Amino acid sequence: MAPALDPMVGRYVRLEIEGVAHRLYFEEAGPTAGGGIPLVCLHTAGADSRQFRHLLADPEITRTYRVLAFDMPWHGKSTPPDGWERDEYRLTTASYTAAVRAFCRAMELQRPVVMGCSIGGRIVLNLAIEHAAEFRALIALEAADFQQPWYDTAWLHRPDVHGGEVCAALISGLIAPQSPAVSRHETLWMYMQGGPGVFKGDLYFYRVDGDLREKVKSIDTKACPLYLLTGEYDFSCTAEDTLRTAAQIPGAEVQIMKELGHFPMSENPEKFREYILPVLEKIAR
Amino acid sequence: MSPADRFARLSELLAADADLRRRGRWVDVECRVDIGHEPFFLTLREGRLAEFTRGARLLRSIAFSIQGTDEAWRSHWQAVPAPGWHDLFALTKRGAASMQGDLRPLLQNLQYFKDLLALPRRLPEES
Repeated sequence: MAPALDPMVGRYVRLEIEGVAHRLYFEEAGPTAGGGIPLVCLHTAGADSRQFRHLLADPEITRTYRVLAFDMPWHGKSTPPDGWERDEYRLTTASYTAAVRAFCRAMELQRPVVMGCSIGGRIVLNLAIEHAAEFRALIALEAADFQQPWYDTAWLHRPDVHGGEVCAALISGLIAPQSPAVSRHETLWMYMQGGPGVFKGDLYFYRVDGDLREKVKSIDTKACPLYLLTGEYDFSCTAEDTLRTAAQIPGAEVQIMKELGHFPMSENPEKFREYILPVLEKIAR
Repeated sequence: MSPADRFARLSELLAADADLRRRGRWVDVECRVDIGHEPFFLTLREGRLAEFTRGARLLRSIAFSIQGTDEAWRSHWQAVPAPGWHDLFALTKRGAASMQGDLRPLLQNLQYFKDLLALPRRLPEES
């Protein structure tokens, strides 16, 4: 019997981000004949590219799109940079923006679509602010210009609390109650596997460095279309946060997704399809 | 049944959940949970309710306490809770619940406590 293989393949790419050498892991899938519109997917804080495995395996999407999902530096199977043990990891708007652009450049992607979730959604807003001309379209999932913090991140990295378990337990409430148990726990598993302090370091960008209030008003959706989609059960980036953000950006298309939370692509892939397929179809026209 | 009446059945709900007791096998703490104006005192040993009392206790020492309004718990325990009422931290973010004291044992066993406090969802909803 032939092996039951998932369609995506994983590889490592060597590149430089802000002058530092990195080895990033990514997975991709696309039209069997090659080509396709590049769609780069950005995972949430403290997780990795596995969150997009259902999109990578969706023939309705990969018929048209070359889907690529990479593990951010320090995440998943991407190797942390040499000397990582001497630094406290902290993601910033500049370093995150540089990482996304470096990946697109290294992979020689021509005007890709970028879709990011949570911190990935926030950085998509920054791409729209600073680099719109480089992208065919931008999709921000669970994104807003700013969100009110709801816990103290000091709990995420200390020796008397298991980092993986507390990260997963905290974010478990951001998953919609309707999401299937299997997908819920797969989503949590990725959080349990993050490196020490990495989720906390990602949230530095989210909470301290990445405040985009006022800046989002400068987004020009004629230069690059922008789509915002947020799950109604996301109380970290609430529907109100996303609607407030969208209201400041003329031409931005916004949707609140029913029965979904903060991790739409991994917590309930079937439900998420109902929302994302029409968006991807529109972008491909 | 009032929210406090539902919470009063916590012992039987936990007794029926072997998986939750297994996941809580390191939990060894005394804490207080307020359902509206009614305090409950929990003594947890290896994830089991060794003692569970309803009502005020003078000079009772506890590690931490969690308070929620009647509306918060009633909404939290709907079979399918509405957005913003479905998680302990959704309740605290909206100001309908709060936590005080030494939160370390809570954070060390956070999923256990979230699931423990959601157990009354398994009871029939109020008529």
